[in-house]
Amino acid sequence: MLAKAELLFVRVLAPLLLLPLSAASFAEEGGMWREVLNMTPGVTEVSRTIYDLHMAIFWICVVIGVVVFGIMFYSMIAHRKSSGREAANFHESTAVEIAWTVIPALILIVMAVPATKALIHLYDTSEAEMDIKVTGYQWKWQYEYLGEDVQFMSELATPESEIYNNEAKGEFYLANVNNPLVIPVDTKVRFLITSKDVIHAWWMTDFGIKKDAVPGFINETWARVEETGVYRGYCAELCGQGHAFMPIVVQVVEKDEYQTWLQEKKSEAAAIRELTQKTFELDELMTQGEGVYNRSCAACHQANGEGIPPTFPSIKGSDVALGDVNHHLDIVVNGVEGTAMQAFGAQLNEVELAAVITYQRNAWGNDTGDAVQPIDVYNFKHGQ
Amino acid sequence: MATKTTGKLIAKLSAGAVVMFLFAMFVMPPLYDVFCEVTGLGGKTGDRYVATDATIDESRTIRVQFVATNNGEMPWDFGPTVHEVRVHPGEPTPVTFFARNPTDMDMVAQAVPSVSPANAARHFLKTECFCFNQQPLAAGAETEMPVVFIVDRDLPRAVNTITLSYTLFDITAHSENVASLSN
Amino acid sequence: MAHGPAKGIGRWLFTTNHKDIGSMYLWFSFSMFIVGGFFAMLIRAELFSPGLQMMRPEFFNQLTTMHGLVMIFGAIMPAFVGLANWMIPLQIGAPDMALPRMNNLSFWILPVAFVILMSTMFMEGGGPNFGWTFYPPLSTTYAPDSVNYFIFALHIMGASSIMGAINIIATVLNMRAPGMTMMKMPMFVWTWLITAFLLVAVMPVLAGAVTMVLMDVNFGTSFFDAAGGGDPILFQHVFWFFGHPEVYIIILPAFGVISAIIPTFSRKPLFGYSSMVYATAAIAFLSFIVWAHHMFTVGMPLTGELYFMYATMLIAVPTGVKVFNWVATMFRGAITFETPMLFAIAFIILFTIGGFTGVMVAMAPADIQYHDTYFVIAHFHYVMVAGAVFSGTGAVYYWLPKWCGRMYDETMGKLQFWLAFIGFNITFFPQHFLGLAGMPRRYADYSLQFADWNMVSSIGSFIYGAAQILLLYNVIATIVAGKRVTEPKTWEGAEGLEWTVPTPAPYHTFSTPPEVK
Repeated sequence: MLAKAELLFVRVLAPLLLLPLSAASFAEEGGMWREVLNMTPGVTEVSRTIYDLHMAIFWICVVIGVVVFGIMFYSMIAHRKSSGREAANFHESTAVEIAWTVIPALILIVMAVPATKALIHLYDTSEAEMDIKVTGYQWKWQYEYLGEDVQFMSELATPESEIYNNEAKGEFYLANVNNPLVIPVDTKVRFLITSKDVIHAWWMTDFGIKKDAVPGFINETWARVEETGVYRGYCAELCGQGHAFMPIVVQVVEKDEYQTWLQEKKSEAAAIRELTQKTFELDELMTQGEGVYNRSCAACHQANGEGIPPTFPSIKGSDVALGDVNHHLDIVVNGVEGTAMQAFGAQLNEVELAAVITYQRNAWGNDTGDAVQPIDVYNFKHGQ
Repeated sequence: MATKTTGKLIAKLSAGAVVMFLFAMFVMPPLYDVFCEVTGLGGKTGDRYVATDATIDESRTIRVQFVATNNGEMPWDFGPTVHEVRVHPGEPTPVTFFARNPTDMDMVAQAVPSVSPANAARHFLKTECFCFNQQPLAAGAETEMPVVFIVDRDLPRAVNTITLSYTLFDITAHSENVASLSN
Repeated sequence: MAHGPAKGIGRWLFTTNHKDIGSMYLWFSFSMFIVGGFFAMLIRAELFSPGLQMMRPEFFNQLTTMHGLVMIFGAIMPAFVGLANWMIPLQIGAPDMALPRMNNLSFWILPVAFVILMSTMFMEGGGPNFGWTFYPPLSTTYAPDSVNYFIFALHIMGASSIMGAINIIATVLNMRAPGMTMMKMPMFVWTWLITAFLLVAVMPVLAGAVTMVLMDVNFGTSFFDAAGGGDPILFQHVFWFFGHPEVYIIILPAFGVISAIIPTFSRKPLFGYSSMVYATAAIAFLSFIVWAHHMFTVGMPLTGELYFMYATMLIAVPTGVKVFNWVATMFRGAITFETPMLFAIAFIILFTIGGFTGVMVAMAPADIQYHDTYFVIAHFHYVMVAGAVFSGTGAVYYWLPKWCGRMYDETMGKLQFWLAFIGFNITFFPQHFLGLAGMPRRYADYSLQFADWNMVSSIGSFIYGAAQILLLYNVIATIVAGKRVTEPKTWEGAEGLEWTVPTPAPYHTFSTPPEVK
């Protein structure tokens, strides 16, 4: 009962007091696409519940602070020695000690009630309408629509030139990906979260979700998003050098739009299979390869191909890029055990793999003239 | 007078401490085993599970989902043959997972299970699982691996979907089973 | 019998004198504070604007890791151990600590540990880059080669803390002057006694955690590796079982200092002495049963998460009791505002603000949004810097005259205080906004909506850094050329045995125990 009254009080008071502040702080231009003074109420019931809880406890703390600091400031002025006063001598009172133990305890008990209800609600993953598996990688996310045979990698789309200050930063700097997650609005989506290497965390602040991605274990959480739009989140557990460079973008669309997108994604898989049969020109492979390289390889091997030896070897002028194609394929497709070089065979499709290997063999003066075709990659993967 | 006695005492106490620690080292592992068997912690399926009659609760249908993840640079193709099944509590259900080693080296894998939600884990019983053993697979070979599970009848009523997740680890370097492949 | 201190470097290497050892701890901790602060300056310089200007993210991760390790284990803990060494024997009327040779060892292994830790930054692969909390598998399978040296250094620091804690317990329980019952001890002694028990209880747990990491890295064990049947989350439980009492280890002695300064400058006895003792003990006890509030997003079962939320919220009660008692001490006193008092008052305000954000992060559902963001960074810097560091700084100004027989310049002290106060708040208050707006921790680079507050925070940090250089200047200027004071009771309102010995305190004090009524 008390908790409801308190929350009501908060819902009336908070907007009134925060209004001037929010107006000043909500910035829509210049790359500020979210208010930067307070938590967002978000677009799910869960995120709004969390926001209300946050504001309630915030105001309780403000009131307590005003009272306590008020008494202290009053004392600093009224009881200063320079006013010529004598200090009193009292130094204990059991009644007062009991009072200021019991009252805060009661306030906390009152706060615990809505907090408990909120937590129980947050944990309720039952009766979800769809399931998405989220796998954290160093340093990107993989999404798999369970039961739909759709899966893809979602990597940072901000170019390295912006990160190293060679180009002006775009509006969604470090908050843009190549393949956003797409989900339908007003649908309870269950997320199954794990990792394939170190601990990451999947955080969508607009949905009120954050869950650790732990290798070897599966975690679950859920969201029912009530408004369409594009929402951006971040990895929230230190996972190595790319921790700040693996954002999350979720596009929430109308249900029919989602179905259309899903069908497209499924036929994309078929399209890739078709493309795998195609023969590409060298310059086509180079153009596409450069894009893949900058997205998936440049973070470690650098845009200029020189890497950061010894941890990230140079590709420019390297034995691998200039030598046997199969060896080069092996490294890219299967990775190198015991090093940071990942197995890209599962992360990139045959066309992308062919393009990036072709690019590596011809860029930066490597100039082997080799044009690796998607079918070569396919054959390598299946004939190993 | 004091120094000699103190020195001897220190030597005795130190020796005693060393003996105590050595004893503890040898006694701990069996003690832990007993502890885990008695409490069931760590998922040890000792003789804790008493055979009950196999009544199936037809009134409930539980959706059991399967997901698979390759850890690290594990290159195998690995996944469930079906994405989900619907079962009744108490009903032993067999499913399979496929695995293919596309490399040109014999390898050994370890699958590690994880069940969600947390309050369902204790009620999800695997009577047979490829995760119980290390899984060797020769270069280029493929296989189907079985799991037989029962969803316990006292699964909390609020739970209707259970997810069984396997993470596959490459343990070739740590395993003696690799040799068994080349015969 | 009384002879002066030995001469030369031998004096410092072989001293068993609690005043000498206290001074060494204080100088060591201050130099570590400068080193950790230097790392912080580099971090804030990189975060001044979006984009990578100065360093690769991999090096940034080393800086944040080393900043945490150096500040916690090199600066704040040794600083309060230094204060303990100097003041506990004086406050209980004892001639020295109970175990003077072990005292020497406790100190001298610290510089060794930190040389090892610092040297990791120059090793192949760089220094530790997995956060001071070193969660596996980032700190095991994916760690740089220097991880073994990091572990070794941590073991040594832990040994130092445990030995120091044993010393304090033995001293306080056995060497109080006749007439000084436990309930007559100064609060600084009480808080250190309780802290010492916490240290003895949890430093071995850290040693265990760190040894298991060593085993996983080098000896093929799988404590924290799912492949072998282990669990990365096990590490988090073991680590935070240490880690939460650790933060109370940091703050309880700071509480003790405040309980010494406020009554002195209010010219009024501490309000509610027994409540303060019980509250401290309650905080210490509760600190053992709340650890998983650092793990609210890890995938804990609901019951566990609810329990840890309730237990954590409970700690606010005894902490609040302490704050109220300090305010009641000031109330109707006769207050003056010398530099130590300024730091103590700032402590009450700013630590309480940190306590408020602590209650906020205790609410598990809300913590979904706060966890691993700058909101948490703001919270713990408010309680650890505006809390523990301000308290320690206040202690230095308060007891410096007793240590060296000279008074610091009050204007310079006040200037240093205001510079620190303003710098601190400009640095850390905006970090609350950053966290609420969605900026995660340990980010080397960030999206554009976070740019403004990051710039403000960085500017504040340079001001705060400057304030520490001014502190160093103030301390040295005082020691070298401060106005001499000889009054045993240097501060008009000061009470306690340390204010009965001459100023500066002689090398040996209380060779005969005093009478305590």
